[in-house]
Amino acid sequence: MSLRRLSILAAGLTLAWLGVAAADSRDALLNVSYDPTRELYVDFNKTFAKHWQSETGNTLNVRQSHGGSGKQARSVIDGLDADVVTLALGYDIDAIADAGLLPKNWQSRLPYNSSPYTSTIVFLVRKGNPKAIKDWGDLVKPAVQVITPNPKTSGGARWNYLAAWAYALQANGGDEAKAKDFITRLFKNVPVLDSGARGATVTFTQRELGDVLLAWENEAYLSLQEFGADKFEIVVPSLSILAEPPVAVVDKVVDRKGTRKVAEAYLQFLYTREGQEIAAKNYYRPRLPELATQYAGRFADVKLVTIEQFGGWRAAQEKHFSDGGVFDQIFQGR
Amino acid sequence: MPADNTSASSARSESAWVRWTLIGGALLFLALFLLLPLVVVFAEALRRGVDAYWTALTEPDAVAAIQLTLTVAAIAVPANLLFGVAASWCIAKFDFRGKNLLITLIDLPFSVSPVVSGLIYVLLFGMNGLFGPYLRSHGIQIIFAVPGLVLATIFVTFPFVARELIPLMEEQGSDEEEAALVLGASGWQTFWRVTIPNIKWGLLYGVLLCNARAMGEFGAVSVVSGHIRGETNTMPLHVEILYNEYNFVAAFAVASLLAMLALVTLVVKSALEWRFGDELAATRH
Amino acid sequence: MTVINAPATALRQPFFKKPSILPGFGLTLGFTLSYLGVLVLLPLAALVVKAGGLGWVGFWTAVTSPRVLAAFQVSFGLSFVAALVNAVFGFLVAWVLVRYDFPGRRLVDALVDLPFALPTAVAGIALSALYAPNGWVGKPLNDLFGLKVAFTPIGIAVALTFIGLPFVVRTVQPILQDLPPEEEEAAASLGASRLQTFFSVIMPALLPALVTGFALSFARGVGEYGSVIFIAGNMPGLTEILPLLIVIKLEQYDYVGSAAVGTAMLLVSFLMLLVLNLLQQWMRSRHAR
Repeated sequence: MSLRRLSILAAGLTLAWLGVAAADSRDALLNVSYDPTRELYVDFNKTFAKHWQSETGNTLNVRQSHGGSGKQARSVIDGLDADVVTLALGYDIDAIADAGLLPKNWQSRLPYNSSPYTSTIVFLVRKGNPKAIKDWGDLVKPAVQVITPNPKTSGGARWNYLAAWAYALQANGGDEAKAKDFITRLFKNVPVLDSGARGATVTFTQRELGDVLLAWENEAYLSLQEFGADKFEIVVPSLSILAEPPVAVVDKVVDRKGTRKVAEAYLQFLYTREGQEIAAKNYYRPRLPELATQYAGRFADVKLVTIEQFGGWRAAQEKHFSDGGVFDQIFQGR
Repeated sequence: MPADNTSASSARSESAWVRWTLIGGALLFLALFLLLPLVVVFAEALRRGVDAYWTALTEPDAVAAIQLTLTVAAIAVPANLLFGVAASWCIAKFDFRGKNLLITLIDLPFSVSPVVSGLIYVLLFGMNGLFGPYLRSHGIQIIFAVPGLVLATIFVTFPFVARELIPLMEEQGSDEEEAALVLGASGWQTFWRVTIPNIKWGLLYGVLLCNARAMGEFGAVSVVSGHIRGETNTMPLHVEILYNEYNFVAAFAVASLLAMLALVTLVVKSALEWRFGDELAATRH
Repeated sequence: MTVINAPATALRQPFFKKPSILPGFGLTLGFTLSYLGVLVLLPLAALVVKAGGLGWVGFWTAVTSPRVLAAFQVSFGLSFVAALVNAVFGFLVAWVLVRYDFPGRRLVDALVDLPFALPTAVAGIALSALYAPNGWVGKPLNDLFGLKVAFTPIGIAVALTFIGLPFVVRTVQPILQDLPPEEEEAAASLGASRLQTFFSVIMPALLPALVTGFALSFARGVGEYGSVIFIAGNMPGLTEILPLLIVIKLEQYDYVGSAAVGTAMLLVSFLMLLVLNLLQQWMRSRHAR
């Protein structure tokens, strides 16, 4: 066999295998999600697959991809074939909509702003709370080390940041300069910036770095569950933010792959009693009123600001997290 | 070769205590920086016992990651092998203008950061890239799928085989091939019967290093993989995911497989060097 | 067997290539150039074109923004430190391996290549587990000296030292092996002390190799990603390395910005490749004396 024939053969094989790789997407969903939902969707996918099989007789294989919310949105824009996205905040799905993969009114297509569950930001501290951290104000004390992921890449970190900002505004009678100073001092106490919420949790719990972790409520409870309540405790601050992690079907992808029906059923199932139970069990706050009441004891009662008070995600993103925004400014002084 | 400590060479050696201090210092440094990381991988992997270790390795996503890593290497390594042989043939056997430039270009991927190696394929094949939209409209997926992983791996392992073979073939010259041709052998026969036997150990050596890097690459494939569990996670990426899921035992279990691969690579490499040191000499200066 | 009979006649002019009776030049060169072009040069060109979208001024602004400059400092500074550590200890290891005999020498010799063979992500989690404040090495360092390694610049330097060590050892070792004994013996017989011989005879002969090893280790450190991100704190301006910054910019939809930093790194790679080639020439000419 000549080299030439060999290379033709190789090229042929490559093409054949490209074809196979491209065709292999039937009866499967890809859910591109953010960091702390790993455990939630492991449970949910199992239940939904069973439900789907009893409804249609088809077996279903749900694939998961997790990472910092912004990063995940970027991958979808770049061509990661997500049938559904379940991200940490609306802005990241807006970015996907801007790229033309789904309509700009995506958020009105499902109930409750397309957020089947909500969450908030709490503090996770070491057992006994040795640094006596009670509220946001304690985070800027000199000897306190705060662990939070990077707001540029992590959705949870952006909620963390905005909750701190809201607190500082409230404590300083709405003075923005003072709020900025507060945030600057807070981030001076941050020794590590992981790219996603899960990395930050690992840094705090496993690497034993820092005195307090700013975490998703569900992530904090999960840490207690994983590592034992004898190691950490949860502190609920006086004020926090209502985090609404949204979900959406990616129209361009499902229409190409022919998976619209199952993708839509998948998201709608999140709003059913069964879906809401799973969310609540994984420490996400359910939306359905009767379940919200049923699980009320599970979640702390805390005063919550909403993203609307920041003028919505686009405004908040532009002001705080874009290049040259407030977050960049506070790092330039260092 | 170690110094001959016995006779006249006292001029070349130090007193015993200096010698042992230096040896001690070197060994301590190596133990701290090389041996300990290796040990910790296995220690962490086996912390919950052999059962937990085995479970972690036979879990479907881990198996998928192992299969994917093998697949990617099975495509990338032969591709670079073919390229390495072709490149070293034209470079070592012929004299032409621009040869040095060509050698430098072949070396280039070694000095490019792995992250950049991934980035370039995203810029080329991503939906915002040059060919992304066209390929998508024809149903072909490159990045976030196996082809992207293969391309990134080929890029980072690009020079390995060529780099082993070029100096080796240059040193061997072309006399034997020319003799064979004069005696009436065809070019193809000459290549298989004369050249290949001459370079086979160097070839194996290059393939070995190429394979180790191909299976272990992280930065470049991390940029082009969509991190889909069981689908586009190679072993190193799976290690990262498990690590981020608090699943340290499993993370280190998969890592220990990669560490074993590294050890096997080292053993075979050392064996080749000891056994065929002369034939590889050109490549090791 | 068309291979022999179909030489690319156009390429056979003496101006371009010296005549040879060996076949396959056209085929192999053609294949080499197309493979290289499609898989390496074209994608790299895409990077430069993307960054070129900024224009000269935009490109300059992008790569001189404070955060990028800080990342340059971190990457270059710590790679320099690591390469320096490697130059010292790599030299020591090479010396011990070549000059002394001790039990397990061959094993140690083989182990030196571990960083070449061990996947970087594995090195990353292993080092991070070792040097974290609760790790085997990190805990005593923290308890005894209050020294934090993981998630600080020191941690990055540790990872880069791990990655770069074999470069120094493997460049110095062969030169040291081939060093002719006569000069040392002559120096000794002329009454030079061992230390004097070392600095005036041995060191000058090894210097080119040592510098080359240093440069190789440095160059590798600047681009390294996998082993560093697990142990680095990833703080902008403090422990954020260049490759990570590229990834972060990419994750923020800033394609052009990440391409700009990538291009800047590529230019640096070219420059270092050039320096390395010059160094290796220097080494060869010195060694061939």
